Amino acid sequence: MFPRPIQQFSAPAQWLYTIALPIALVIWLFPLLGVALTSLRPASDLAQGNYFGMPSGIAWENYVFIFTQTPIGKYMVNSLWVTIPTVIGAVSLSLMTGFALAVYGFRANILVFFMFVAGNFVPFQILMVPVRDMTLQLGMYNTWYGLALFHIAFQTGFCTLFMRNFIKALPYELIEAARVEGVTEWRIFWYIVLPLMRPAIAALSVLVFTFIWNDFFWATVLTQGVDSQPITAGLSSLNGQWIAQWHLVSAGSILAALPPVAMFFLMQKHFIAGLTLGAVK
Amino acid sequence: MAMASKAGRWNQRRLAPWLFLAPGLFMFGVYVLWPIVQSISLSFYDWDGLYNRDGEFTGRFVGMGNYAELMRDPAFETSLWNNLKWLVLYMLALPIGLFIAIFLNQTVTGIRLYKSLFFFPFVISQVVVGLMFSWFYAPNFGLFYLLTESIFGRGTAILADPELVTYGIIAAGLWPQIAYVMILYLTGLNNVAPDQIEAARLDGAKGWRMLWYVVLPQLRPATFIAVIVTVIGALRSFDLVSIMTNGGPFGSSRVLSYYMFEMALGEYGFRMGYGAAIAVVLFLIMMVFISGFIWKMWRDERER
Repeated sequence: MFPRPIQQFSAPAQWLYTIALPIALVIWLFPLLGVALTSLRPASDLAQGNYFGMPSGIAWENYVFIFTQTPIGKYMVNSLWVTIPTVIGAVSLSLMTGFALAVYGFRANILVFFMFVAGNFVPFQILMVPVRDMTLQLGMYNTWYGLALFHIAFQTGFCTLFMRNFIKALPYELIEAARVEGVTEWRIFWYIVLPLMRPAIAALSVLVFTFIWNDFFWATVLTQGVDSQPITAGLSSLNGQWIAQWHLVSAGSILAALPPVAMFFLMQKHFIAGLTLGAVK
Repeated sequence: MAMASKAGRWNQRRLAPWLFLAPGLFMFGVYVLWPIVQSISLSFYDWDGLYNRDGEFTGRFVGMGNYAELMRDPAFETSLWNNLKWLVLYMLALPIGLFIAIFLNQTVTGIRLYKSLFFFPFVISQVVVGLMFSWFYAPNFGLFYLLTESIFGRGTAILADPELVTYGIIAAGLWPQIAYVMILYLTGLNNVAPDQIEAARLDGAKGWRMLWYVVLPQLRPATFIAVIVTVIGALRSFDLVSIMTNGGPFGSSRVLSYYMFEMALGEYGFRMGYGAAIAVVLFLIMMVFISGFIWKMWRDERER
């Protein structure tokens, strides 16, 4: 194990480590903690310049205010409307593409695979004008499905990479044996491979959820206004209205951060498996 | 009879992959591949994004005009330089992430929670990260401002300073990036072969030498992924610039991704062709790294 386990060090060194951990964490998360505390600080404190001292009270009303006086709740619902269909769509499509690329040795296989991988790394800006134009032409500008369709297509690149590698690692004899038995290809996919894909589906679902929930660029390019804007774009426009009302900006930020953070905590193992791409197993 | 069914099976196996690929390929083709082609061809036109009454494209062919204009555009030059700063400074995420990973790679009570909490910044939207750092940098009361005031006697409003603003935004971007690299290295450290470490330890290797000669070579796959995601992260830096400064002050914090957006959809009017030309430049820069990645993957595939 590297570094040497702390248990093999002298007692003072172990003490030092135990103390250093929480201190390092507080420093590391400082911006987050500061904003979380500010979100509960009464507006009057900020007006008097009391930014970091003892708050005069806990102001849950900041949260009540943004929920009742601003459309932040609507923005969050919009985000769900984009995020959930994207997760379902991208995972389903990539299960099939991943299966095709992992199981069949046809000639264009590696070419198609690399195309998905490369497409996944392309800068968004090279897609922006044509995608926006097409979305407008199809009458899907400013709708949840216009945004979700793009996300599904784009995420399919990353998801295919992941699914294909996952299926490749499954024992191929299973598929061979089924073929000898005369099982059709579709049934092999549905009854043999799919049930083994649960961990991969879980990992990709949490990852795609987080990516899409946090997306700002496409939200700005393909939506406008309260009706369909997701929370990231919504928060940005609210920020423009709340100039320097940091208690509100903070409360909004914490709200926007909450769903992916909760998702991460619930599905931690899957999340990290997805992020490391299985490349560092 | 048996022959026929065998042939049928063989045909099925040839057709099957394409049927499984069809929906994914269709979506990817329509929304990713074709737009790349369109953007490249659009970069040779002057177009305001509109169609005439008959629904015809109104762009005017200008050849290399947009690219020639880019060469003379000081804002483009600023963006390019800033992109370079992003690329170079973002690489700091690797050593810092590795350092934190080593710091956290222990088995004491509660360490799992510590690791998750250190990873937090990556899970949060960049919009929120941008707002958090804007608060941290805010003039007069922001902690960074107060800190510089207590050291230099005069506070620095970093986001209002044309010389420093890009560094301020990069620092904000590094926060989640370091968290990502850290988790890659933590996973990597978990898989370092213990017997090799023990053997090296018996040979008297420790500290830096152990890290450099024994651990780092084993972390190579993690380092490779870390470099890729960091380069992509640096070149995709749009959200933070947009949230924290809108490219300002005086356009000094622009990067290519943001400048492209400004040209095509911003207050400068809808210069779609010019925006597309900027996007093509960014695409070409990214292509250098993508090809490297694909080349490495191709080599690994062949070794299998």
